Amino acid sequence: MREDLRIIANLIKRDARVLDLGCGSGDLLEHLAHAKNILGYGIENDADEIAACIQRGINVVEHDLNEGLQRFPDKSFDMVIMTETLQAVDSPHQLLDEMLRIGEECIVTFPNFGYWGHRVRMLTSGNVPVSQPIPHRWFDTPNIRPCTFLDFEQLCEEKDLRVVQRLVFSSSYRTGSLMKRFPNLFGAIAFYRLGRAS
Amino acid sequence: MVSEIPDNSVGLVKPLTQRFDSSITLQSGAKLPGFELVYETYGRLNEERDNAVLICHALSGHHHAAGYHAREDTKPGWWDNCIGPGKPIDTDHFYVLSLNNLGGCHGTTGPTSINPDTGEIYGPTFPTVTVKDWVQTQHMLAQTLGIDKFAAVIGGSLGGMQAMQWAIDYPDRVAHALLIACTPKLSAQNIAFNEIARFAISSDPEFNGGHYQTSGENPERGLGLARMVGHVTYLSDDAMGDRFGRELKSGDIALGQDVEFQVESYLHYQGETFSKLFDANTYILMTRALDYFDPAREFNDDLVRALANAQAKFLVASFTSDWRFAPERSDTIVDALIAAGKDVISTTIESTFGHDSFLLPIPRYFGVLQAYMGRIARERGL
Repeated sequence: MREDLRIIANLIKRDARVLDLGCGSGDLLEHLAHAKNILGYGIENDADEIAACIQRGINVVEHDLNEGLQRFPDKSFDMVIMTETLQAVDSPHQLLDEMLRIGEECIVTFPNFGYWGHRVRMLTSGNVPVSQPIPHRWFDTPNIRPCTFLDFEQLCEEKDLRVVQRLVFSSSYRTGSLMKRFPNLFGAIAFYRLGRAS
Repeated sequence: MVSEIPDNSVGLVKPLTQRFDSSITLQSGAKLPGFELVYETYGRLNEERDNAVLICHALSGHHHAAGYHAREDTKPGWWDNCIGPGKPIDTDHFYVLSLNNLGGCHGTTGPTSINPDTGEIYGPTFPTVTVKDWVQTQHMLAQTLGIDKFAAVIGGSLGGMQAMQWAIDYPDRVAHALLIACTPKLSAQNIAFNEIARFAISSDPEFNGGHYQTSGENPERGLGLARMVGHVTYLSDDAMGDRFGRELKSGDIALGQDVEFQVESYLHYQGETFSKLFDANTYILMTRALDYFDPAREFNDDLVRALANAQAKFLVASFTSDWRFAPERSDTIVDALIAAGKDVISTTIESTFGHDSFLLPIPRYFGVLQAYMGRIARERGL
């Protein structure tokens, strides 16, 4: 089983209402439905991914995240999840506000652009890094908002977003003591659970 | 005439008539002393009786949705591109029921029928019917055919409204509701266009207060004009531009000529053809049903509450260039379904063809329908 799905499922309450932003073909929602009996909805903008959701019977709404989430009322979900999509949206800071407006809590994951491998590549080759978690070249990358653990936590502090939990993973969702100690250098994937400041 | 009926057609089909002898009370409180519904079916009802699909027609539709009535027919049913073996609504899996709604003019009891109480043609005295009434009578028809629960109720535009009303009124009798190019209620602009259409009809000197049949007249000009106005709202500016542009009929400007541009002659053709085939009183009645549709009204204008008891899963599909029932109207339905905790899949199909898109074989649209219907078939092991 995919490790990321298992990790997220552990953080979700049974029967929760869950919104998955950029749900892809619905792997996470399907897993959460089985594991936690959630009522889940996905937001997706890609026709092929939506077709896959339809085949599987996953609730999905065709919608562009860059148009915002105004259509969803305040506190209408228990958990709003956005996995590895934050770096690809126009206004991540506004989207985070929206996620915490409509959800009690949210889970956000993104590739850490401060990962040592990227730093080494940047230093040695002088090119913008291309690697497994960031597999695009600079001109056609959807990842228009690269950020690091450090950047993200600075933003959370500025916006007064409460970090409930921070997890650090390799690109295959394993963790280790070194990356826990130096996330910004050794973590490939940043995993945050956020809440509104009380 | 079709030289050969294609393999993926349901083939030659025959309309059937179901008579109901007991009187029913309509939403308006009016009573109808018995009535007949004309319908067609395609495919076979399986032993479990769980593969039935109801097709609900839109404003000018009828029971003849697929196949041919005769080899001499020049055109198949109105949704033949979507219904048949291997098509999105696959008759190899599903038993498809399509009827002409109450008040229609294609054989079902309506304004052109005789009122048994008076022995005269109903004409304008035919009672007002609503989407709710249609759903009630569709349910009666389903029962006579041994269908307890539909695998899906499907409709575009006014047909989508019936599918929504089914999910509200008979929650345990519809497994999936497919709402295409639909809206939870008409806007003031929609009603305005309908009123222009009705006024065009009633202004025709041959309308005769709706008693044109008795007096041997037909308000063809008025009905044609109504259809012309309607047609403009079914297409998009781009679709009209692509199809007609500013093409001239004669190739050159001849100032003062009656019909100059291609789009004019197209609209006249549409109006004239329609006015010979459709009944003016039915047109008025069906546009009224559109205007009145507002399922939230009974629930203190709360669409979420209106949908709260629905048990169906929903597909809501809209089209980008549809300005009659724009994608935002479908979004309103989707948002209410999500707030009510219902299962829903919603897509907005890129299309330049306006409201008419729901009748066209747009690849992505048909892909969505095929995938959704495929899932319904798999759920039932069809």
